[in-house]
Amino acid sequence: MRFTHTAEQADFARTLESLLSGADTVTAARAWAAGDHAPGLALWSKLADTGVTALLVPERADGLAASPVELVIAMEAIGRHCVPGPWVETLAFLTPLLSSVGSADDTLAEVAAGEVLLTVAAGPHVPHALDADVASAFRLLDSRTLHTARVGAALSSIDTTRRLFTVVPDREIAEVPTDAVLAAFDLAVLANAAQLLGAGERVLADSVAYVKQRKQFGREIGSYQAIKHQLADVRIALDFARPLIDGAALTPGTIDVSAARIAAADAAHLAARVGLQVHGAIGYTAEFDLSLWILKIRALVAAWGTQSFHRARVLQALGAA
Amino acid sequence: MDLDLTDSELAFRAEAREWLSAHVPRTPLPSMDTAEGFVAHQAWEKQLCDARWSVVSWPRELGGREASLVEWVIFEEEYYRAGAPGRVSQNGIFLLAPIIFDHGTPEQQQRFLPTMASGEKVWAQAWSEPEAGSDLASLRSSATRVDGGWRLSGQKTWSSRAALAHWGFGLFRSDPSAERHAGLTYFLFPLDADGITVRPIAQLDGEAGFAEVFFDDVFVPDSDVLGAPGDGWRVAMSTAGNERGLSLRSPGRFCAAADRLVSLYAATPAPSGAAADAVVDAWVKARAYRLYTWGTVTRLAAGGDMGTAGSVNKVFWSELDVALHETALDLLGPEAEVESAWTDGYLFSLSGPIYAGTNEIQRNIVAERILGLPKEPRR
Repeated sequence: MRFTHTAEQADFARTLESLLSGADTVTAARAWAAGDHAPGLALWSKLADTGVTALLVPERADGLAASPVELVIAMEAIGRHCVPGPWVETLAFLTPLLSSVGSADDTLAEVAAGEVLLTVAAGPHVPHALDADVASAFRLLDSRTLHTARVGAALSSIDTTRRLFTVVPDREIAEVPTDAVLAAFDLAVLANAAQLLGAGERVLADSVAYVKQRKQFGREIGSYQAIKHQLADVRIALDFARPLIDGAALTPGTIDVSAARIAAADAAHLAARVGLQVHGAIGYTAEFDLSLWILKIRALVAAWGTQSFHRARVLQALGAA
Repeated sequence: MDLDLTDSELAFRAEAREWLSAHVPRTPLPSMDTAEGFVAHQAWEKQLCDARWSVVSWPRELGGREASLVEWVIFEEEYYRAGAPGRVSQNGIFLLAPIIFDHGTPEQQQRFLPTMASGEKVWAQAWSEPEAGSDLASLRSSATRVDGGWRLSGQKTWSSRAALAHWGFGLFRSDPSAERHAGLTYFLFPLDADGITVRPIAQLDGEAGFAEVFFDDVFVPDSDVLGAPGDGWRVAMSTAGNERGLSLRSPGRFCAAADRLVSLYAATPAPSGAAADAVVDAWVKARAYRLYTWGTVTRLAAGGDMGTAGSVNKVFWSELDVALHETALDLLGPEAEVESAWTDGYLFSLSGPIYAGTNEIQRNIVAERILGLPKEPRR
């Protein structure tokens, strides 16, 4: 029993942190929202160079065949730094799904190399394809038939860095076994949870920094208990979401990933609400970077299954529904 | 990263489970805060001790099994899973014993620990005073140097188990010129000593779970001072960490309660959607607490310490405990007010956010020591 990262996993996390903290990810996210993909695609490439896009790709397609623990590390970093792009869709959903059909190794090798981005619409939980204007789009029909997809109309997400599109099914690729679809969906849920955790951690860190320097009534607002206790509750919520995510990375079954997602989304949502509140009016502006995370958290809480859906799944798995 | 148990840890779990299933009383013992229940709980402690299950992490010569931290958590999981009785000795074995191991003399260890392990001597804590609650360092009960020892005067209150316990432990101001954290000394004292008056206080549930303790010139020999005179705050703070952190609220307790809640939900006709969500949230949080504890165990096993994590922990489990029991009462509907294990658990859960440092104090600690926010100006 050693419930902490191995030295290699800790190194991987540090590598991603140092790469992304020096990469001006906010500018890339804002450009992405405006339709300029170049800085975001450069980030995608840089992350691919560290192995992120190859994590769950099998060795036969030049992948790393890494574990969900590494996936979670990468997704937390992506969430913390607001990196734009269809990361959950490519890394956590379509990579395992295409690996299971066996005839898509060429595509997977391109994914591993960072040469292609993938996205998917897989209703009812993922009705629209994220970033389909820059990624190869797929459509999963009836939870089992995978098609390529043609891109339709653009939709505006509450998070403008998430560019959503309707897609229509095109050529059928394969009939995917039900358990493979479920396994891929569960990994996507886990990845979404980790992304939320990273975003929540970032909002907390930025909020703590802000309340330490903002003064009212002659002292830092962070010295008032009304502020302190709210931020302490965020710290506590994030601290108890993390072990659920790590535990689910070790055993990524339905009940584990949904439990992790419930806690991570609640914690990140609390971070966003408290973060906005302690910033006051400046936090409510589009110009201030906090807005990127606040809006992303709200969008991610509805992606890959609502909280109600995940609570119902847990109840069912417990045999109580 | 893994959560795998070794063969010997699995064997330890199997042994604990087997013993508990054979020995846990089939009907619940009477409340440990009644005279009858106190004796029954002492007898249970003796039974645990005779089979070396009362203090599994202690050295063998003192009645333990030298269990690792992992094994201790496993034992606690099995203990609550089996629905075993509450530990009447918990103030002693979880709060005081770690201090005696760290700061006690060999003579004190030999004199106090074996009878603590067997339940023969039950210990009560005596921290709070009428004017020193959250602000514990403002305590005023005094210790005056006399030949061969000290004389204690003053009043303690909210002393858990003091109504029926044999010994107490607490802090007294031994240097009247010193302020706050300085000049305090950690004393051990028999509750039947001359000059001590114990006045039981009925708690919300009507039982005398705590008491006021009055000290009128009570003589305590030097041999019953724990640690160095004047060093009491530092000595005591290691118990506060234990109470908030790992030891007092093991994850087994919440996982077992969450499982019972799920069963209650499944047996409830037409429960509401809100109740369903609350059941799931309680179960998820109990699981989070369990995994969080494995993370803490990993850190401690690698030589780290609890640090301020105990404050994060304490807010979480105490709020979880209240929410879990509130949910159960909601599910019971109009039957909720009728006394049951759920109402007992509910009333007990209400004390969690208050004792061992209120949750407001814990949030201050989280904000100031973990997040690094500025301290509030204090007089």
